[in-house]
Amino acid sequence: MAIITMRQAISDALWEEMERDPKVFILGEEVGVWGGTYAVTKGFLDHFGEKRVRDTPIAESAIVGAGIGAAMVGLRPVSEIMTINFAFVAMDYIVNEAPKMHTMFGGQMKVPLVIRTAGGGGRQLGATHSQTPDAIFAHFPGLKVVSPGTPEDAKGLLKAAIRDDDPVLFIEHAAMYQVRGEVPEGDYTVPIGVSTVQRAGSDVTIVSYCRGLQLSLQAAQQLEGEGISAEVVDLRSLRPLDMGPVLESFKKTNRAVVVEEGWPSYGVGAEVATRLYEEAFDYADAPIKRVAQKEVPLPYNQALEQSALPQVADVVAAVKEVL
Amino acid sequence: MTLKKKDHLELYRQMVLIRRVEERAAELYQEGKIGGFLHLYIGQEAVSTGIVSARKPEDRVITAYRDHGVAINCGISAKEVMAELLGKETGISKGRGGSMHMASVENNYWGGHAIVGAHLPIASGMALGDQYQGNTGVTICMFGDGATNIGFFHEGVNLSKVWNLPVLWLCENNQYGMGTAVNRASAVEQIHMKAEGYGIPHSRLDDGMDIMKVRAAVSEALDFIRAGNGPYFLEVMTYRFQGHSMGDPQRYREKEEVTKWEKTDPIGIYHRYLVAEKIATQADLDKIDQAVETEVTEAVEFAEASPDPGFDTLFDYMYASKE
Repeated sequence: MAIITMRQAISDALWEEMERDPKVFILGEEVGVWGGTYAVTKGFLDHFGEKRVRDTPIAESAIVGAGIGAAMVGLRPVSEIMTINFAFVAMDYIVNEAPKMHTMFGGQMKVPLVIRTAGGGGRQLGATHSQTPDAIFAHFPGLKVVSPGTPEDAKGLLKAAIRDDDPVLFIEHAAMYQVRGEVPEGDYTVPIGVSTVQRAGSDVTIVSYCRGLQLSLQAAQQLEGEGISAEVVDLRSLRPLDMGPVLESFKKTNRAVVVEEGWPSYGVGAEVATRLYEEAFDYADAPIKRVAQKEVPLPYNQALEQSALPQVADVVAAVKEVL
Repeated sequence: MTLKKKDHLELYRQMVLIRRVEERAAELYQEGKIGGFLHLYIGQEAVSTGIVSARKPEDRVITAYRDHGVAINCGISAKEVMAELLGKETGISKGRGGSMHMASVENNYWGGHAIVGAHLPIASGMALGDQYQGNTGVTICMFGDGATNIGFFHEGVNLSKVWNLPVLWLCENNQYGMGTAVNRASAVEQIHMKAEGYGIPHSRLDDGMDIMKVRAAVSEALDFIRAGNGPYFLEVMTYRFQGHSMGDPQRYREKEEVTKWEKTDPIGIYHRYLVAEKIATQADLDKIDQAVETEVTEAVEFAEASPDPGFDTLFDYMYASKE
């Protein structure tokens, strides 16, 4: 097992898939000459050429729309939206075109498209560039939404997404590219729509994904020092949502905290908590707590921004409340 | 390609078939057997019939929601169109799409898209797919005058020139976007002039009611694109005799205007041409009219006798991937 960064894991997945399948290509803003605004596709243009590493105009509807069209006629495009905040200008394509094609025409078409994007706050980019609107996208049947929290899952899920015959929104976190982790050698995939236990425990279940997973793992570490054993379940995919490991853990611990970076209203935590209540109400020994972003457009000021974002201490405090 | 007598008769047959299918559809709509929206193509038959007659099998066709005509031209049977309108399992989109969403991938007809302008970037993507794979086909993208005022149009058209994609942008100018006249919605009335801003060669066909003129203009444009010159923009002037959709009170235009245009009925023009040029006799055309009547009657019977999709099929075609 090699230890690599999230950036390297994602880059490796793209590189290996492009080597494996000539139908895979990348299109997006600054993916070529620049090498990717987060340096994920550095060196790709030299190796794969302009045909397969395509710089686009700053026109997200064209980036995703053209990706859909190319996918419909047999290619496997990876459309890159520089940040998820720009996905709103391509919203029609992401939620109203790509996920509808297969079903609306009675199964005649398929759209094997990956839309890669990066979300999240904490980088002092102000209200329009710092959002975590994952739940909005996960609302739509037909669209698969994944958001990895470790390099291993990032690489395996991206490969699975590229090989998948349906549109997949692949949400990275802009502040996590330096996160390091062990990655298996050789070719592997991580299945879409499968949650996993990232840390075993017995007293409380912490459910999260993406950056929330990192917070949760740190919180679990800290809680261990206080004699509290937290089990951390990583959703990895928001749609299809696999509640299996979450329910299993909850039935064992009877207490749960859901951690997400987005706003709590109508969010991932709301969904997970509701499903736990619906399917395992009798197992609950305490009300389920949500840890999330404060309900405000994120400010620029660093301290103020951090005060609005969920922190490890918030997770620790929430766990203590449910115990 | 010069048309032989049988080719002419086939084109005439398609135009009459579109007309009769839609007239029957309007009745079925009034009877409550067709739901949702029903956008009739009546008056514009020369446009789609001329376009599709000029394409090669490898040329893809994609259009907006006024799609019954193109569907028939591309080879979808009257039965499958009618069954789709009635929402039946035997419909071309298995009752999932309805009036606005008909496609036949095996006939290289890609729908039937109902968000105004959204299919233009998708068309660029399809053309990219062909360019990428070394195919010789041209993507023919049809859209109304109203679609040229939305952002999608500009992103899709710009991209086609930036990447020199084999696309024929075909604007069907029927002079109203829903109930708003072109001069009230578009900064330029000569829609094709918009292509000038993207460096794309363009022209306007003033008489889109004459199928032979449409066919000639489209053939020329397709030859131009096929020679590797990149996209071309063709505006075709036409007129829809019916309202935007069923139940349109048509307050936005005078009855006299409609009457004037009805004198240029594309089927009448073609009929007179075929007889005057001694390509066909009155008897030949009468025979076709009668055959079409029978075909439409049978299509309605087929559609009415067809089963609704089973409730157990509700989730079919959600995903293309095999779970």
